[in-house]
Amino acid sequence: MKKECVGMLLAGGEGKRLGLLTKDMAKPGVYFGGKYRIIDFTLSNCANSGIDTVGVLTQYAPLALNRHLGIGQPWDMDRSDGGTSILPPYRVKDGGDWYCGTADAIFQNLHFLDQYNPEFVLVISGDHIYKMNYSAMLDFHKETGAEASISVIEVPWEETSRFGIMNTNNHLAITDFEEKPAIAKNNLASMGIYIFNWSVLRQYLIQDASNPASSHDFGKDIIPAMLEDNRKLFAFPYRGYWKDVGTIQSYWEANMDLLDDDSCLRLDDPHWRIYTVNPNQPPHYIGPEATVRGSLINEGCQVFGNIKRSILFYGVETKMGSCITDSVIMPKVKVGKDVILERAIVKEDTILPDGCVIKPEADEKLIVIDKETSFENFTYVKQL
Amino acid sequence: MTGMMGVVNLDAEYDFLQELTYFRCGAAVPFAGRYRLIDFTLSNMSNAGIQEIAVFTRNKYRSLMDHLGTGAEWDLDRKRGGLFILPPDWNDPSDVSKGDLQHYHNNRDFFSRGNPQYICISGSQFISNISVREAFRHHLQTEADVTLITKTFPVLENEHNHCLKVEHDEQGWVSAFTNDKINPAVFSGMYIIGKKLFLDLVEECISRGKTSLFQDGIKDNLSRLHVQTYHHSGYSSVINSLESYYKHNMRLLDSENYRKLFFTDQLIYTKVKDEPPAKYNSHIEVKNSLIANGCVIKGEVENSILFRGVKVDSGASIKNSIIMQRCHIEEGAVLEDVIIDKDVRVSKNRTLIGAKEQPYAIAKRSSI
Repeated sequence: MKKECVGMLLAGGEGKRLGLLTKDMAKPGVYFGGKYRIIDFTLSNCANSGIDTVGVLTQYAPLALNRHLGIGQPWDMDRSDGGTSILPPYRVKDGGDWYCGTADAIFQNLHFLDQYNPEFVLVISGDHIYKMNYSAMLDFHKETGAEASISVIEVPWEETSRFGIMNTNNHLAITDFEEKPAIAKNNLASMGIYIFNWSVLRQYLIQDASNPASSHDFGKDIIPAMLEDNRKLFAFPYRGYWKDVGTIQSYWEANMDLLDDDSCLRLDDPHWRIYTVNPNQPPHYIGPEATVRGSLINEGCQVFGNIKRSILFYGVETKMGSCITDSVIMPKVKVGKDVILERAIVKEDTILPDGCVIKPEADEKLIVIDKETSFENFTYVKQL
Repeated sequence: MTGMMGVVNLDAEYDFLQELTYFRCGAAVPFAGRYRLIDFTLSNMSNAGIQEIAVFTRNKYRSLMDHLGTGAEWDLDRKRGGLFILPPDWNDPSDVSKGDLQHYHNNRDFFSRGNPQYICISGSQFISNISVREAFRHHLQTEADVTLITKTFPVLENEHNHCLKVEHDEQGWVSAFTNDKINPAVFSGMYIIGKKLFLDLVEECISRGKTSLFQDGIKDNLSRLHVQTYHHSGYSSVINSLESYYKHNMRLLDSENYRKLFFTDQLIYTKVKDEPPAKYNSHIEVKNSLIANGCVIKGEVENSILFRGVKVDSGASIKNSIIMQRCHIEEGAVLEDVIIDKDVRVSKNRTLIGAKEQPYAIAKRSSI
C-alpha cells in the first residue's frame, strides 16, 4: 500500500468569476478545448507522470464532476491499489464540516493520505490548463533536498501584481513569498502546484487547523508558516503553456490559444495525451456548403454553416447560412439557419433559433448563453 | 425474459478486400473514419444487452485482437460473461468436425456455461444500427425455431449477389432460400436460434460430416424448421468487396445516410484513441467530408473520409478518397479516388489518381 507520491487534486472550487459557466458545475468540471473538462489536464498530467494515486477533493456542485471521474478509467486510474478516490466533505460522530480552505480540505483527509503513508504529496488544483511532468518536479524536489517545492512560472513584470510571487536566491531556494505585491522583486509566480514531504506537511496541517486566525489556505497560511520556520522551500521553474482560467475572459482566451496554427499547447502529442471520457460519436461531417477556418471540431458535429476561429464540442449541429466566429460551442448545441454568433460561449444543449444574432454589446466583450437564456431580446436577421 | 448469447462467426467470411486484408481479417478493416467493420455487429449485440459474446476467428486475427482488447469499449469487460475471442487451437484427436462447425464443437463450453437460452449469431459484413432486442422479441412472439434478420433493398447491387435471399409468406415464415437476382429480401447473416436446437443441429451436422452450421443445419433443414424473418427497416449496407467497401464509405457523405446510421437511440462503439478534436488551419478548404479526431488539416479535402490522426499539409489536395489512421499527406500531394491504409506517408507533390469504379488501394505502412 505504501506509495512514494500521492496526488491531491483540489476540485471543489466554485469559480464565482466564471458566472454562468459554473452555475451548476464546479470549475474543474467546466468544458474546455472542444473535448475536455478543465480537470482533464491535471488528471492527465498525473497519469502521464506516473502518479497513479490521486485524491480528488470535491465540494461545490459535484454531480457532473463525479460522473465524469467515474472510476478513473479514462486516465488509466481504475487501479486496485490506488487510482482516483473522490473525497467530498463528510460528517463523523463529533461533527464534521465543509472544507473551508485548501489546507483544510487536505487536513480533513489526513487518514486518506495516511493509508498510503507516502514520502511525498503533490498538491494541485483542477482549474489550470497546462501540461507538466510532475515526476521531473519530484526529481527536483529530491535533488534539492527540499521539504516543499513550489512550481513557478516567469510572468511579465507588469503583471506581477496579479500573482503570488516567489523571491528566490541563486539556487532557487525561496527566501520570501509575496501575495500580489505592488512592486515585485521577482517575476516568478506560483502556479499553485506543490510537492511536500508528507511528514512535514502533516505537521503543518495539524498546526494550522488549530489556529482560529488562519484562513486554511496553502498560499496564505501554510507556505508563509514554513518560511517563517526556515524550512527548505525551493522554486521549481516551469517553462511552457500555463493558464489560470479563472475568468470568462481568460477562459475564452485559453480556448482561442488552441486555435493558433502553431499553438503553444499541443493537444496532439502522442507522448502526452490529454485523456477524457469518450462520448462515442462518429467522425464529424462537413457539409457541401460549409466553410471551416482556424477551428477545432470534435466528433459527432454536423456542420452546414460557416465556422471561423471557433471551437465545437461533440454533437453540435450548425445549419446552412449560420456564421460562428470567435466562439466556444459546447456539446449538443443546435445552431439554427442564418444564426450569427460572435464572441459567444454557448453552454451545452442550447437551441439557437433560426436567424438569431448573438454578439456582445461592445466589441471586446464576450457573451455567455445557456439553454435557459431567453432569445426574445436578441435581434434577428430579417427573414426574406 | 431469458436473454441471448452472441457469436460473431468470422470463420465463414473471406478476406475479400485485397490490399486492406493483406494483414488483417475482413472484420478488422477500418470503416467510416473511425470504426472497424466488426464494431457494428458487436455494438448492436451489446446494445441489446447481450453480455456474453464469442468471436470465432481463424486467420490474421492479431489486428482484430488488438482492436477488441478486453471488450471494455463495448461494455463487455464483464465479471460474468464478457467478450471471448476464440481463435482455433484445438488438439482433440477424436474431433471429426469440419468448417465452422469446428468452432461450435470445440467451444461447447462457452455455450454450456452461459445461462441464456438463445443465441444470436452474426458475421461482420452487415453494417447497420439495428435493435437486436426488437428482433429477439419478434423471435419469442412468433415462437419460431430460427429468426433471420433481413433487409429489403429496393435496388439490388453487386454485393448482394453473394448474399442469400429469402422467400417468405405474409406472416414472415420462410419458404425458401434463393440466390435469385431480383428477390430484394436479403439475409443479413444475423440470426437468432434457441440454444437447445442449436446444440442439436451442431451435433447432427458433425455426425453427417457437414461443414457449415447455417448451410447444412438450417438452410438444408428448412422443411422441418419454423424459420421467421425480422425485417430491419433502418439504414444498412453489405460490405463484401473492395467495390462495395468504397461505395458504402462514400454513401455516408450523404448526410441523410450518416444520420440514419449513427444518430439513432443506440451508439456504435469502437476502440478509444484519445485524439484531440480535429484542427483546421486558417487557410483551408474542406467540403462534404467526414473527419475524425486527431486530424490536422492544412490543405484541401473534398468528398473524402479522413480517419483519426491524419495530417494533411498545406497545398495537398484530397478528393473522393478514404485516408486511414495516421497517414501523412505531405505538401502539394494530390490524391483522387484512392484508398490509403494506415500509417502511409505520401510524399511531397506526389499524385495518385484511381478510378471511381476501381479505387486505387495502397497497403498499410507504405511510403510513396
